[in-house]
Amino acid sequence: MSVDDTLNTYSAVGGIQHEEPLLFEHAHEAAEAISLPGVQGDISAELKAFSRKKSANIPGLSEPETVRHFVRMSQWNHGIETGFYPLGSCTMKYNPRVNEQVVRLSGLANIHPDQPVDSVQGVLALLHELQTWLCEIAGFSDVTLQPAAGAHGELVGLMMIRSCLDARGQQHRKKVLVPDSAHGTNPASAALCGMHCVELKSGADGRIDLEELKKHLDDDVAALMMTNPNTAGAFESDIKEICQLVHDAGGLVYGDGANLNALVGVARPGDMGIDCLHINVHKTFSTPHGGGGPGAGPVVVNDTLAPYLPVPRIVKAGDLYRIETHDEQSCGTILGSIGQVGVLLRAHAYIAAFGANYLHKIAQDAVLNANYVLHRLKDAYHVPFEGLCKHECLLTDEYQNKHGVKTLDVAKQLIDLGFHPMTIYFPLIVHGAMLIEPTETESKTTLDSFCDAMLEIAAQCEAGDTQVLHDAPVKPIRRRLDETQAARKPRLVW
Amino acid sequence: MSIPAGLKYTKEHEWVRIEGDIATFGVSDHAQEALGDIVFVELPEIGRKVDAAEAYAVVESVKAVSDIYAPVAGEIIEVNETLEGEPEKVNTEPYGAGWIAKVKISGHSDELMSDDEYTTFLEE
Repeated sequence: MSVDDTLNTYSAVGGIQHEEPLLFEHAHEAAEAISLPGVQGDISAELKAFSRKKSANIPGLSEPETVRHFVRMSQWNHGIETGFYPLGSCTMKYNPRVNEQVVRLSGLANIHPDQPVDSVQGVLALLHELQTWLCEIAGFSDVTLQPAAGAHGELVGLMMIRSCLDARGQQHRKKVLVPDSAHGTNPASAALCGMHCVELKSGADGRIDLEELKKHLDDDVAALMMTNPNTAGAFESDIKEICQLVHDAGGLVYGDGANLNALVGVARPGDMGIDCLHINVHKTFSTPHGGGGPGAGPVVVNDTLAPYLPVPRIVKAGDLYRIETHDEQSCGTILGSIGQVGVLLRAHAYIAAFGANYLHKIAQDAVLNANYVLHRLKDAYHVPFEGLCKHECLLTDEYQNKHGVKTLDVAKQLIDLGFHPMTIYFPLIVHGAMLIEPTETESKTTLDSFCDAMLEIAAQCEAGDTQVLHDAPVKPIRRRLDETQAARKPRLVW
Repeated sequence: MSIPAGLKYTKEHEWVRIEGDIATFGVSDHAQEALGDIVFVELPEIGRKVDAAEAYAVVESVKAVSDIYAPVAGEIIEVNETLEGEPEKVNTEPYGAGWIAKVKISGHSDELMSDDEYTTFLEE
């Protein structure tokens, strides 16, 4: 891809874009999408207590108007299927279509959680196989597929740690150490689990500082929550010593598996000394991200924590699979069923498609792509931590600040040049962070095109052509949003 | 960058004004600039006892959520309720109407810097 001179863009174009009000702002009462049959006879006497005092305020729209509303709204979206999506720490990789074909097979799509287990042996076999694979990939001895999202997995992991410490008679251990580079969900999960957080200041290289860690290790420590590679894209090379120190102090190590894409098939968190780890299948194993739909965040555990896994669980007895619903030591029930089956099956399909011999290519290509971007951009943008990165690279706006340009301006100009911005202002340990995670999905052509856009922005800055950067974006249907007023005085309509 | 004389500063970019046994807390001009537009301030409860360097308030900006640490130990006796409706005061008047809390001092800290020391600290 190269810049189209007439459009001055890499891939963003204008055209027929519709201004679209909310459903409730459309409303013309007379129209309706569905004609309901009239009521037979007089039922008002029987239903009097239930009769509405006010209109239900259902928007009056015809079927085509309704369809157009949602399709138009969807066209305002950007997703991995629209273009490059280098959102650091989010692993926005392509979701292969074969995953979708698999979960739509009748024997997997048209079953019910309450069916007799002998009629769903197939799906239980697949889920059990997924359990085995996740343990093998991450280097752990057991797993729960139940948690409904990554953050839910964090909570479940901490609940198991709580149960384990309680069983050791160490109810007083409530301190959770969290590096200042951590994802915001870590302290939130710890707080929800009744523990309190102490922040560890990162060392000058962006990694955990062993001396800082030692200072906080005492008889109150329940756990260290850490991400490896961390959110600066750096591998915690002291990981074995870190785990040893925490274990010696009587605590456990929780691994945030958000960055597993950098390790999959190459290194195993379980081998590093971590006690449990949640796996974001929507990241590493290509299930769809967010959208409010069901997610899954399986948690793998070592022998220390295995007794406290939640129930119900799938177990294999001879050739048959059954669901175990009771376990004395379990940390409890965290979901009504065995897990979000449709999401887990997509992860199974993805792992099966790669197979044991090729899974490591995911991590290798993801790391290679991130380092390629880092190498192309390192002279134009300040690199806070030297050396190779893992699956994502971290830059800052330090050079651009001299021209009055900030990270936000760079991000907004990227939109005009046809790219979804990278993650900005995270991690918090550097000023003006730009965190770029290309994933293994992208071709060199796409990476080059993105890097060209980033270099063009840096050049615009150097040339003093900064007004265009402050004005960006000018091409989308919405210009630069007032994020401050949106937070201070939100306009809510429903 | 404004760094008024007469106040003490911390390495975490808070300021404290000590008048007798009462201390007023806020964040420095540098801090509000680095945080960006502030959209929410979570104030501490009156009567809460805080240690020096303990997080006593939370400030949320469009970029991040940050803990605010107490420059000295004491008991919270007053909070700036204006910030509940106008958190932007922390940006516009960090040393004035943007103050966050007042405490009755129970202990002093030797970590505090004068305005000159804080200016040097920022330059480093």
